[in-house]
Amino acid sequence: MYPSPFRFARANSIDEAEKLFVASNDAKFLSGGMTLIPTMKLRLATPEDVIDLNAIEGLAFVRRNGDTLEIGARTRHADVAQSSETRSALPALAYLASMIGDPSVRHRGTLGGSVANNDPAADYPSAIVALNAQVKTSQREIAGDEFFTGMFETALEEGEIITSAAFQIPSRAGYSKFPNPASRYAVVGVFVADFDGTIRVAVTGAGPRVFRQEEMETALSKDFTPAAVKNINISPEGLNSDLHASAEYRAHLINIMAARAVEAALS
Amino acid sequence: MTSITLNINGEPVSGDVEDRTLLVHFLREQLALTGTHVGCDTSQCGCCTVHLDGRAIKSCTMFAVQADGHDVTTIEGLAAEDGSLHPIQAAFQEHHGLQCGYCTPGMIMMAADMLSRHKKPDEQTIRKELEGNLCRCTGYANIIKAISAAAEA
Repeated sequence: MYPSPFRFARANSIDEAEKLFVASNDAKFLSGGMTLIPTMKLRLATPEDVIDLNAIEGLAFVRRNGDTLEIGARTRHADVAQSSETRSALPALAYLASMIGDPSVRHRGTLGGSVANNDPAADYPSAIVALNAQVKTSQREIAGDEFFTGMFETALEEGEIITSAAFQIPSRAGYSKFPNPASRYAVVGVFVADFDGTIRVAVTGAGPRVFRQEEMETALSKDFTPAAVKNINISPEGLNSDLHASAEYRAHLINIMAARAVEAALS
Repeated sequence: MTSITLNINGEPVSGDVEDRTLLVHFLREQLALTGTHVGCDTSQCGCCTVHLDGRAIKSCTMFAVQADGHDVTTIEGLAAEDGSLHPIQAAFQEHHGLQCGYCTPGMIMMAADMLSRHKKPDEQTIRKELEGNLCRCTGYANIIKAISAAAEA
């Protein structure tokens, strides 16, 4: 029995989940559980209450509304990857989802869970930022650029629940990551999106949180080719340095992954 | 304690579990379905792979209470009633797709899931699909051979 004791509650609606949260001194929402449960097994997280969001209806969908693709928070990575809506409107996002973890992780892990957790090496935050998504919650809508505030920190208030994310559909986009060979998390991942000449480049894995690379955006708005981003000088200052990669190596990978993402967008 | 009822290998099963009980521990310790293994403590190795509502998942990374009302298939549920092996099990036997055997139940459950999604996966696809299943004997070559053979069977 690895996790320390807690009370489990299955919420049947967002409203019920919020009420359960307010009633608890120390609660965690459980979506796919692909981070929370391993963390609880190691007792790095020891919540008193676990509120399961999996039974709430209406949170798993992929829907195109004009120039946005809206994905429900409880949509599993495998379903995002396989959805014909994702594959036709946003093939780069389908590819990103297909590269998260491994098949078992993709069968459980959810978009909302990944975005709310904001692991600095997670894939989805790069898509939220590069595709200028609106994160919809139980209380409001938050712009992608404002959502990720720090390492594992987001604009979400206590007890606020993500219900969906609405991604802007670009004219073309590409994602490329250098995965950690053991975990498949991004050592560096770069998402490039072209909205009729307005470029957004989001980098995950490299820093404490996802960030936009504005020099690359400017360069690509003039010349949308891999060569345009390959030699932009990226400072290692402020980038992550750990046993997986030094800050200098990550800086170098930003160039390489950005070039590959552009190549993917062009193909 | 919470009472749960779920279908395991086609049979309804009920039990009382502590909320913190992982699905794999419910299967192994309360139901004595010890074919599902625990190879790590960190949700990485895939030895505990079972099917939840027809999809491969890690039973060490789900609470038993979450499986209440759902369908679970374990390695014990693959062979036919008369004991004859599932084609994937037969292929693992024929192609010696195991060394110590510890990862085998997870490998076979993942292979069954994989073959439900890819009719004739090539080697590269099989390797990618096995990213979440570790063989500490490094016996991957024959595991891949066995899965390829099962796809042809």
